[in-house]
Amino acid sequence: MNTQAIGGMPEITYNFAYLDEQTKRMIRRAILKAIAIPGYQVPFAAREMPMPYGWGTGGVQVTAAVLGRDDVLKVIDQGADDTTNAVAIRGFFEKTAGVATTTSTTEATIIQTRHRVPETALGENQILVYQVPIPEPLRFLEPRETETRQLHALAEYGLMHVKLYEDIARHGHIATTYAYPVEVAGRYVMDPSPIPKFDNPKLDDCPALQLFGAGREKRIYAIPPHTKVRSLDFEDHPFRVQKFAKPCALCAATGVYLDEVILDDRGGRMFVCSDTDYCNTRQEAGHRGEMGVPAESASSDVMPGLNPGIHAVPPGHPVQGVDGRVKSGHDGVPVESGREGDAS
Amino acid sequence: MTEQPLLVAEGLSKNYGPRIGCRDVSLEVYPGEVLAVVGESGSGKSTLLGLLSTELDPSAGRVSYRMRDGRLADLASLGAAERRLLMRTDWGFVRQNPADGLRMAVSAGGNVGERLMAVGWRHYGNIREEALDWLGKVEIAGDRIDDDPRAFSGGMRQRLQIARNLVTRPRLVFMDEPTGGLDVSVQARLLDLIRQLVAELGLAVIIVTHDLAVARLLSHRMVVMRQGGVIETGLTDQVLDDPREPYTQLLVSSVLAA
Ligand SMILES: Nc1ncnc2c1ncn2[C@@H]1O[C@H](COP(=O)(O)OP(=O)(O)OP(=O)(O)O)[C@@H](O)[C@H]1O
Ligand SMILES: [Mg+2]
Ligand SMILES: [Zn+2]
Repeated sequence: MNTQAIGGMPEITYNFAYLDEQTKRMIRRAILKAIAIPGYQVPFAAREMPMPYGWGTGGVQVTAAVLGRDDVLKVIDQGADDTTNAVAIRGFFEKTAGVATTTSTTEATIIQTRHRVPETALGENQILVYQVPIPEPLRFLEPRETETRQLHALAEYGLMHVKLYEDIARHGHIATTYAYPVEVAGRYVMDPSPIPKFDNPKLDDCPALQLFGAGREKRIYAIPPHTKVRSLDFEDHPFRVQKFAKPCALCAATGVYLDEVILDDRGGRMFVCSDTDYCNTRQEAGHRGEMGVPAESASSDVMPGLNPGIHAVPPGHPVQGVDGRVKSGHDGVPVESGREGDAS
Repeated sequence: MTEQPLLVAEGLSKNYGPRIGCRDVSLEVYPGEVLAVVGESGSGKSTLLGLLSTELDPSAGRVSYRMRDGRLADLASLGAAERRLLMRTDWGFVRQNPADGLRMAVSAGGNVGERLMAVGWRHYGNIREEALDWLGKVEIAGDRIDDDPRAFSGGMRQRLQIARNLVTRPRLVFMDEPTGGLDVSVQARLLDLIRQLVAELGLAVIIVTHDLAVARLLSHRMVVMRQGGVIETGLTDQVLDDPREPYTQLLVSSVLAA
């Protein structure tokens, strides 16, 4: 067993990736079961982690259990590698496991995420670990745990459609825009975590292994590689993803999920890729949006705070969704951005 | 009424620890028949209804049900999935407390549509049309379809429960004091509606009530319970007009005095 000292506190040593081997074995058993029964929520004896639940302790435990010494770890929070949350989790594994970290989606072997699926297509040698606040998709209408377990066991998912029915009755279209329920491998209905429904199609037939960890609720579930994942809908109200009116202001990407960025207090705003690595990579390859920085000055200080690819936010101006909510909130707070509206 | 019973109970007993909930009850219910279960508070009416609908496990005895294919199946031998399918398609449940029988935070249309979605309906427009149709049948105005039952009166909530249950055309409906807690005039209107729907749809109903007037109005036959056992059974008019048991005589005379 290899132990690692945490900087500044040499007398306290931690096992590789913080958790002891017995705990990791227990979590791996839960993961294996989850893979064997796609979409099924496997209970596990979640441990207390040295961080608050809202920071994704479920995802952290799953990552700790699958992490090897040669892995390259990427941590994203709503698409960004540089939020407090993402930085803290990445730092945690740098200290406790000494693994290499990256912000590049293609270089990473394990990606822990909160609220987004990377825009760059994932490959067979990658694992995507989702942080999950509320794993039970039926909770909204059926708070009794004994009952929801029965509903899953018997594949009684009429209730899930009641939720979508209510959406249409109230809003004229399915207004659920994040944590949009999916059916996995034709059997279990699952909450894909609070990702925008824009990302739902990426879960389908994905070559990477997708693992979901809920720390507070002590559940792990999984989508094995190349599994059929279908978003629930009605025949006359089919599932559709959000569309954006304009391309990314920095890299001109289309067909990606955009965040609204407030530029000043005079109403100035722009829409940029929520996936900062994707945006960066495109800018490095020479793509420029209408607010993009010219290539020659990309690394200079010509536009302070407008580092290419990093969400350009002048000091004191939080990134906001169109609903006025500040980006990088707590688990479960969606960030709706630049939505043109659902065509339904 | 046909000769073959729809539901058969044999020797049903239920003990709650040392206390007896229900003791050695046997009965049959025929298609299209309304059976009233009457008796004083604590006599075991709800316990019996729970056993008949398999919501409670019996301490002894069994319940059999005539499936749609004609075979009489011991309900305890059905798998959980098959039993639950039966409960949400071929059976209905109308509870005394609407919060136990409705989803109070879901619109009237969603409440009626739930069973349809549970059996695979996936066309919003069709679900809505069917829900509207049923709201009409239970005399709830179509423009209330998107209101949730919290905004409904007690009588409307009970009528919504009925629509929610009947939408899958069940053959048997269990009702536990469906008119309890309602004003007399509201009660009368609800009973009228139940009577009309039962006749129209040929429903079999097992209705628990402590109100002999309700039994008289709705039921063809009745069983009288006391201390967990059935002490008298027969055609409703016969039992009420010419009770054999002294206890039943007491019950009937107290209702006459009321
Ligand atoms: N869950 C329980 N645990 C213990 N005893 C129970 C339970 N449920 C019912 N009983 C007892 O079983 C007996 C029958 O109760 P039950 O509720 O079936 O009567 P009831 O005829 O429906 O009465 P009411 O008219 O008041 O609803 C009573 O003595 C009651 O106290
Ligand atoms: Mg009762
Ligand atoms: Zn971009």
